[in-house]
Amino acid sequence: MTETRDIVIPGEVLGDMKERKSGYGTFSEDGKIISKFLGIPKDSSGYLSVVPLSGVYVPRRQDKVIGFITSVEKVGWVVDINSPWTSFLSLSEGVDEFVDLKRTDIRRFYDVGDVIYAQVSEVRGSDVQLTMKTPIARKLRGGITVKITPSKVPRLIGKEGSMINTIKEKTKTIIRVGQNGIVWISGEKINKAIKAVKLIEEKSHIIGLTEEITKLLSD
Amino acid sequence: MGMKTKEKLIVKGKRLDGRKPDEIREIEMKVGVIPNADGSAQVRFGNTIAMAGVYGPRELFPKHRQEADKAIIQCRYNMAPFSVDERKRPGPSRRAIEISKVTRLALEPALFLKDYPEMVVDVYIEILQADGSTRVTGINAASLALADAGVPMKDLVVALSGGKVDDTLVIDLCGKEDNYGKADIPIVFLPRKKEITLLQMDGQLTVQEVKNIIKNVLKAGETVYKKQKEVLKKKYSK
Repeated sequence: MTETRDIVIPGEVLGDMKERKSGYGTFSEDGKIISKFLGIPKDSSGYLSVVPLSGVYVPRRQDKVIGFITSVEKVGWVVDINSPWTSFLSLSEGVDEFVDLKRTDIRRFYDVGDVIYAQVSEVRGSDVQLTMKTPIARKLRGGITVKITPSKVPRLIGKEGSMINTIKEKTKTIIRVGQNGIVWISGEKINKAIKAVKLIEEKSHIIGLTEEITKLLSD
Repeated sequence: MGMKTKEKLIVKGKRLDGRKPDEIREIEMKVGVIPNADGSAQVRFGNTIAMAGVYGPRELFPKHRQEADKAIIQCRYNMAPFSVDERKRPGPSRRAIEISKVTRLALEPALFLKDYPEMVVDVYIEILQADGSTRVTGINAASLALADAGVPMKDLVVALSGGKVDDTLVIDLCGKEDNYGKADIPIVFLPRKKEITLLQMDGQLTVQEVKNIIKNVLKAGETVYKKQKEVLKKKYSK
């Protein structure tokens, strides 16, 4: 049996409000901090939080996500971002140049089925807006997309990108990870990279995962 | 209820299946039994088996049923045609519709539905084998499935039935005790603060008896809670 991280269940008391603050995935009741999810507890800079082991993606401002264009509207695009809510990329946020709508078909910029790497610019209730006006945003051409549990994205990236960089180097691929759990991979050894990503998804709660991944990649 | 039988259901302090009055049947729980569902669980209490699948939070249609500030929860309790001795006619009956509703009301207080505006959480409970206390078994399965699906919860939900058989107060009734006993009370509660979210009664009891049954069930529910906790943690410690 391999060593695993501590796991908490919903309703489990994590600590006292007097010593810590209640972070993501927790709530406070009667001065106690309590977990909301089945997940891995974390204690950093005075906040107690829980990283859920499953669940849907809830968009938040500034998140960088990978989305699929699902339909083209008059002044923008509807984008599927692997969340229960669909998001909207307006023409002004998607394109830098001036567009004369009478003469141009905006499918020229993005069409149904295109994959984009964008940033969440605004979330108001169920209304999610995306923007491409950020240096990192772009259309992703070619490649393969893989879905993982959104809460496991930090584990895939690793400390300061250590995990993802190892995979990139060893498999000679370009990888982009959206906060929404969609991973886009392009390059030489795509199959190996996918295998590694899937393994991280499956064993994210195990201690010593980095060694296991290095072993898989060096075979 | 109130059906007459000459048989004694409790002989020398032992029940039909050899249990003591305050003893729960053998419990078996499994999490993640339906790969296509976001969360799922199967729970067995003696010969009663329930399976629950949770889908969501996901978009709710028709749109007019969406709530602008919170998610809603939809429950379906269904008994399989082969779950009982005589074939049950498939489809929702008066009883199934009622149980679906009380299940929804029992689960609602445990969830943070405000986190997901305009969404729905679907809970499907299937009774595969029925031998008394099916609604509580189903709710236990639903609790595990919700936690497995990553729906934010205030607490797990623990369900257990109590009742009166031959003038003795018992817990976790089996099918025969349910049919020929004097009364039964399914109780659902949130274990941390012992908040009761479902309490129904079928039969006749005095006020004191009801109080005693609630006390017994809350106490015995700890065992069920421990089992739920154990099985959820076990899923990720292989």
